[in-house]
Amino acid sequence: MTPLVLRAGRVSALVERRTAVASAALVAAALALGLLGLCYGAEWATPGEVLAAFAGRGDSSVVILEWRLPRVTAALLFGAALGVAGAVFQNLTRNALGSPDIIGLDAGAYTGALLATVLLSGGAGALAAGSIAGGLLAATAVYLLSWKSGINGLRLIVIGIAVNAILTAVNSWIVLRAELEVAMAMAGWSAGSLNGVGWDDLGPGIAVLALLFLLMAVLAPATHQSVLGDEFAVSTGVGLNVLRPLVVLVGVGCTATVTAVAGPIVFVALAAPQIGRRLAGAAGVPFVPAALTGAVLLLAADLAAQMLLAPTSLPVGVMTTAVGGSYFIWLLFKETKKS
Amino acid sequence: MKSRLSVRNLTLAYGERVISSGLTFDVPDGAFTAIVGANACGKSTLLRSFVRLLSPAEGAVLFDGEDVSRTRPKALARKIGFLPQSADAPENILVRQLVARGRYPHQGFLSAWSPEDERAVTEAMAAANVADLADRRVEDLSGGQRQRVWVAMVLAQETPYLLLDEPTTYLDLAHQYQLLSLFARLRDEGRTVIAVLHDINQACRYADHLIAMKSGAVVAEGPPSEIVTAPLIEKVFDLPNLVVPDPHTGTPMIVPTV
Repeated sequence: MTPLVLRAGRVSALVERRTAVASAALVAAALALGLLGLCYGAEWATPGEVLAAFAGRGDSSVVILEWRLPRVTAALLFGAALGVAGAVFQNLTRNALGSPDIIGLDAGAYTGALLATVLLSGGAGALAAGSIAGGLLAATAVYLLSWKSGINGLRLIVIGIAVNAILTAVNSWIVLRAELEVAMAMAGWSAGSLNGVGWDDLGPGIAVLALLFLLMAVLAPATHQSVLGDEFAVSTGVGLNVLRPLVVLVGVGCTATVTAVAGPIVFVALAAPQIGRRLAGAAGVPFVPAALTGAVLLLAADLAAQMLLAPTSLPVGVMTTAVGGSYFIWLLFKETKKS
Repeated sequence: MKSRLSVRNLTLAYGERVISSGLTFDVPDGAFTAIVGANACGKSTLLRSFVRLLSPAEGAVLFDGEDVSRTRPKALARKIGFLPQSADAPENILVRQLVARGRYPHQGFLSAWSPEDERAVTEAMAAANVADLADRRVEDLSGGQRQRVWVAMVLAQETPYLLLDEPTTYLDLAHQYQLLSLFARLRDEGRTVIAVLHDINQACRYADHLIAMKSGAVVAEGPPSEIVTAPLIEKVFDLPNLVVPDPHTGTPMIVPTV
């Protein structure tokens, strides 16, 4: 199948048809699920009422715009961020297991957020800063521990799994040592949850993620080029020493921003890039399908978490763990058999 | 001798381990240069320093008088193309997609597929004889086909200089000669080809200029017919031998006498 050639003046791009179709389908799915999310609640709203609420009319506009819309927005945006973070590390490690939640970056970001809460008893700013610092420290630790005259993708992943286990234990320990009130708040959050997310919690996250997505869009061609191996990457003009730290920053930044607001939501970053890649029939691990798949997955998981035991709303992380865990075991089995 | 690529007082090292020191020579423009020598004599290391895969411990590699380690990465990649010994193809990639990756140094964020890119990829696939494989997945190809796809990718880069690190390894005899003939044709069309070759007889047959290395140093350089003698080959490869004219081309041919 010939790809689509888009040209206007000096601006040009090449898009594979299947990638375009898959992306459009994912956007449609995200919109449909988004509408469902706005309709669903203790009281169902009709799509007509939702539209009326957007137009500023109707009785349920507060419920829809102030309660449900931030939650749907958070699910879509955070899902996309996790998809991008997963694609970043899967491209860097050239391995489907290389995902921030597997190699301990979510756990590290959460450690940072916990320490910020317990030690600094800080607000959203301290939480976000702690989360990003924790994620970066975990990434640095994993990188240094797996360095052995170069970086091997699988070695990095195995060490990352160990770091993840250690940090998860540390996190439990911090929660146990914390004061009761703090500990209870943390425990609800530790599985990764979008319950009660409002616009106030989201604002800074939206701004940070928009910047990170923009940066990733600029870095994406070089990142895909670097997957050809260091030799081809350098000889075709990729500045690897500048690219790698920036790409890691995007990956950690996406993970940590989500963790700061919603806690560690695992397995979306692992699964979304691979599902997106297969849907798009694309080479390597492309970012746009990864982001769109992540958005659809997290929103679907969050809706399921709300509906399953309604009116009790489960943390969305419980859903992603239940479904993603089985995928992880299958992948682990497949990858270790390959090498 | 005209030369755009030259090496000045070049010392190459991996950490403390010095591979070559004080190398100085010019690569002739528009010629096929072959670098030969025993295993681990520093020939691949030398080639890697031309494309900044290794920064010199001392001295410099100059292109048009400019130190390559100070040239902007994409600007250098529009002048010198490099075919490494091994490379990774992303999973699921099609031949035309991989060849298009050679256009990376010519592309910008907004101009990701110009008519120039399209023409260069089409021509490169035709030159490397992979046009009929365009829509095949790279992982489904045979080793020989795959090597031609990588060559096409480097050709799509459209650089006046072409560096090849043992391009014929893993290929059967017929494919080896096909590939070398392709490089000779590119030389005839005006490109400068620099190849690390294992087979000294192939090097003598195809190269205009030979650089013989031993333990990181250049022991002889010049046209094969002028420099290749039995004592030189014995010195470079530690192999007693006879040099006779190749019955087909008349170029020097080495016959081991062990």
